[in-house]
Amino acid sequence: MSDSGNSLVSEDEVDKKRRRFLIATTAGVGTVGAIGAAVPFVSYFQPSERAKAVGAPIEIDISKLEPGQRITAVWRGKPVWVVRRTEETLKNLEAMADLLRDPESKVAEQQPSYAQNLYRSIKPEYLVLIGICTHLGCSPTYLPPDAPHTLGPEWKGGFFCPCHGSKFDLAGRVFKGVPAPKNLVVPPHKYLSDTLILIGEDGGAA
Amino acid sequence: MNRLLEWIDDRFPLTKLWNEHLAKYYAPKNFNFWYFFGSLALVVLINQFVTGIWLTMSYKPDAAKAFESVEYIMRDTSWGWLIRYLHSTGASAFFIVIYLHMFRGLMYGSYKQPRELLWMTGMFIYLCLMAEAFLGYLLPWGQMSYWGAQVIISLFGAIPYIGDTLTLWIRGDYVVSDVTLNRFFSFHVIAVPIALLALVMVHVIALHEVGSNNPDGVEIKKHKDKNGIPLDGIPFHPYYTVKDIVGVIVFLIFFLAIVFFWPEMNGYFLEHNNFIPANPSVTPEHIAPVWYFTPFYAILRAIPDKLFGVIAMGAAVLILFLLPWLDRNPVKSIRYRGTLYKWILGIFIVSFLALGWLGMQPPTPAYTMFSRIFTVIYFAFFLLMPIYSKLDKTKPVPDRVTYK
Repeated sequence: MSDSGNSLVSEDEVDKKRRRFLIATTAGVGTVGAIGAAVPFVSYFQPSERAKAVGAPIEIDISKLEPGQRITAVWRGKPVWVVRRTEETLKNLEAMADLLRDPESKVAEQQPSYAQNLYRSIKPEYLVLIGICTHLGCSPTYLPPDAPHTLGPEWKGGFFCPCHGSKFDLAGRVFKGVPAPKNLVVPPHKYLSDTLILIGEDGGAA
Repeated sequence: MNRLLEWIDDRFPLTKLWNEHLAKYYAPKNFNFWYFFGSLALVVLINQFVTGIWLTMSYKPDAAKAFESVEYIMRDTSWGWLIRYLHSTGASAFFIVIYLHMFRGLMYGSYKQPRELLWMTGMFIYLCLMAEAFLGYLLPWGQMSYWGAQVIISLFGAIPYIGDTLTLWIRGDYVVSDVTLNRFFSFHVIAVPIALLALVMVHVIALHEVGSNNPDGVEIKKHKDKNGIPLDGIPFHPYYTVKDIVGVIVFLIFFLAIVFFWPEMNGYFLEHNNFIPANPSVTPEHIAPVWYFTPFYAILRAIPDKLFGVIAMGAAVLILFLLPWLDRNPVKSIRYRGTLYKWILGIFIVSFLALGWLGMQPPTPAYTMFSRIFTVIYFAFFLLMPIYSKLDKTKPVPDRVTYK
């Protein structure tokens, strides 16, 4: 096995190539091992199976909702709003386009395809939204058209985020010149009857 | 006693460490008021550790119990209110002390060659401190805890492509939840404190290697006596240990007055909305971070774009790391720098304070405009520094330290 009988090797007898190779392979294999060992620790941070399993659809009863009113429910830990819009509000939505970033709801992931219309809803009268600002996740304040505000003459009611001043109209569409980049999200939903909405499931309609 | 010491010294460098860091560490003899804040930061650190350990004995990191357990500490445990107020006031005190410590560095050029690494390790401590404060703020599980965490975690969502996956990974759930609270607790009480402690050690080792700067910004190591001791240096112990104790006493008078009489500091140290339990469906009318984050928060809000807002906020903190290389003027102390730099530093401090105030206000159009102006000034201070630091007409720097 050993070509020299000495246990101590003098400097010029050292096989430098071999030493470099051994250092490089040890470091290389060690790095791969370290990365492998990091996988469980990094993956541990992901949502647990329990967290994934929670989030069953919820039903919202809208029979007592008057025009101009909004109700809030909680789905998957997030606020879900249903707003019953007035005739006047629906009319105003048509004239908002110039003030908005995405008036035609072109960003597909912000709503199911059945809500990709002017009113961003299945029935124009009822608006269903996830009440989380697309900027940094605060829940915007609902300001009906007749609520007092300081948002200028063009304001026709909508949602105002108290955190960073983002503004949305009564279809959840984001205004230009505010920090929020996208329209509010319309969750998957369907009507179980005229007065009952199911949030979180649409029977594959999208 | 001496024989015991010898016995230890043969096995552990006790006397050596004592001499290197205290009895034979020579600090400039012209330290002034501004040199109290380093040792005060250490005092606050110890306060946070001790009170933190005690709070952990009764606190429950569980979304269903956290808020209640804090109330329990406040009302039902013996002296729990004092321990919690020492901890919560300590958090604000930590930032006051650190901001003054950093301002001292700015004034006397303590970040300049050969202290670049000292400055950078200090910046890492500052980052750790911000993380620690943010993580700890979620624990009481009040409205501000919840929505503050929601906003700050969402900042990572602005990163293109990986943003949403990353925020999910940080939260461990689809919203800020019990899972998030639990892991924040783990980081707050174990991971970040260990990192902080290690960084403080590195910071002190770096300081004792290069030696302290001083209000004149002259290197005392240039003039040594025949024993190699700097002529303008005095041993840290007993001279500065005793001096610093006086500083600690004065500090404690103010600190304890706040703890006893104004622990909420009218909403600046403990925000009013945090006395309401977390409610995931309602954001409080007006949310703002605690005062020590508001300058950066104002910068975030000033920019009407999600990604660039986040980038600007991050850059506002990280640009401080580059200070040693942005400043091209060899003169360290403000005493010998020209009027130009004095004015610019003054304007910068005003902007920083103004941003801090604006970050607490609701986002009206006028305030947003002011935030934008001060944001520009904040960044101009750093980005134009390579130019104006060269133009500045400096005064001759003395060879030895002076007294005023």
